[in-house]
Amino acid sequence: MSQLTDKYSHHAHILPLKVYLGIGGTLIFMTLVTVAVAQVHLGPFNLLVALAIAVFKAILVGLFFMHLKYDNKLFAVIFVSSLAFLGIFISITLFDTLRRGDIYQEVGMPIKANSNMYDSLRVAPAHGASGHEGATDKATESVTSGDDSSGAKATGHEGTGNDSGGAKDTGHVATGVESPKSGH
Amino acid sequence: MSNNQEHKGAHPPEWFQHHFTDAEQQQESAKLGMWVFLLTEILFFGGLFCAYAIYRAWHPDMFINAHTALDWRMGGLNTIVLIVSSITMAMSIRSFQLNQQKQGVMLLVVTLMCAATFMVIKYFEYSHKFHVGQLPGKFYTFTGIEGTNPHIFFSIYFLMTGLHGIHVLVGMGVIIWLIMRAKKGHFGPAYYTPVEVTGLYWHLVDMVWIFLFPLFYLIG
Repeated sequence: MSQLTDKYSHHAHILPLKVYLGIGGTLIFMTLVTVAVAQVHLGPFNLLVALAIAVFKAILVGLFFMHLKYDNKLFAVIFVSSLAFLGIFISITLFDTLRRGDIYQEVGMPIKANSNMYDSLRVAPAHGASGHEGATDKATESVTSGDDSSGAKATGHEGTGNDSGGAKDTGHVATGVESPKSGH
Repeated sequence: MSNNQEHKGAHPPEWFQHHFTDAEQQQESAKLGMWVFLLTEILFFGGLFCAYAIYRAWHPDMFINAHTALDWRMGGLNTIVLIVSSITMAMSIRSFQLNQQKQGVMLLVVTLMCAATFMVIKYFEYSHKFHVGQLPGKFYTFTGIEGTNPHIFFSIYFLMTGLHGIHVLVGMGVIIWLIMRAKKGHFGPAYYTPVEVTGLYWHLVDMVWIFLFPLFYLIG
């Protein structure tokens, strides 16, 4: 009989009430802290501080409310692995999107306009763009106007006239850049 | 009342599924399944967090200008409401572990009330934005925000808080189901797995909001 009772009984790890109330109080306190810090102007550090507080709060929720501290460690591994893959996903995507303007900038600022290098890049020199309409002019303008990289990016982005960004951007600029060649 | 606390005799309790070795294994399996589901949820929200990162990096000033359209007091209040609901959810599980069914049901009801409060505050925020035209994409008609493409901010805002809101609504539905089952006496120290895995889901929804709040309401 005792064996049967064991089979259907459950030995739970029951946390004392003060743990839940203490963690909950800390979470509410940290919410007030993050609001207070946001009122102080710290430039880019505002984002870092806000994210650090959010991560701290999330860790408290995970460890105590979701019992990761006490449960089977496999659950923690599943949780952390999802965050790891999310980190890979976001960081590799940002490597692309944050650098997207750079290539247009390099192409648009030839040190020596008639250099052979530009033939292999299939890009017309800046002075060859006269009399052509559309994206070449836009891309050249955005790049030669001496904007910083973010400016160039923004212009390249707007050039498509929509928000889908990505592949359309690239396709648009590429065709625009090639057209003067065929025109000559 | 199907009392799950007494297992005299050869018949296993109603909640016990025969393909498990024992109650412990059944509960661990259920939690494992829930964690795998939460993993997919994190990746589900993750795509939107990625979109947020890309567009905020592309338009940093526009995000700062556009976020002033959000009221941090509403967002902050909602953060506290959700944290309170997470506390009561965790305490409810504890009550069932300690065989305090009435208290457990009461705490589930408080959790449900908090979730409803969250949605009511969200409704006021949304309806104001609908009214002034701070809407996603082509529906954006507001003119008071400087910077490139402020509608992008509201596209991401509505997608992320909207998906989160849907999760709160789903959670409310599940909590109602839990309350109905708990009132029938289905849960006790031997079996409270549905309450526990719903708790895991609910805490994840809280966790997502912990990130959404500073990312939308407290920029710059």
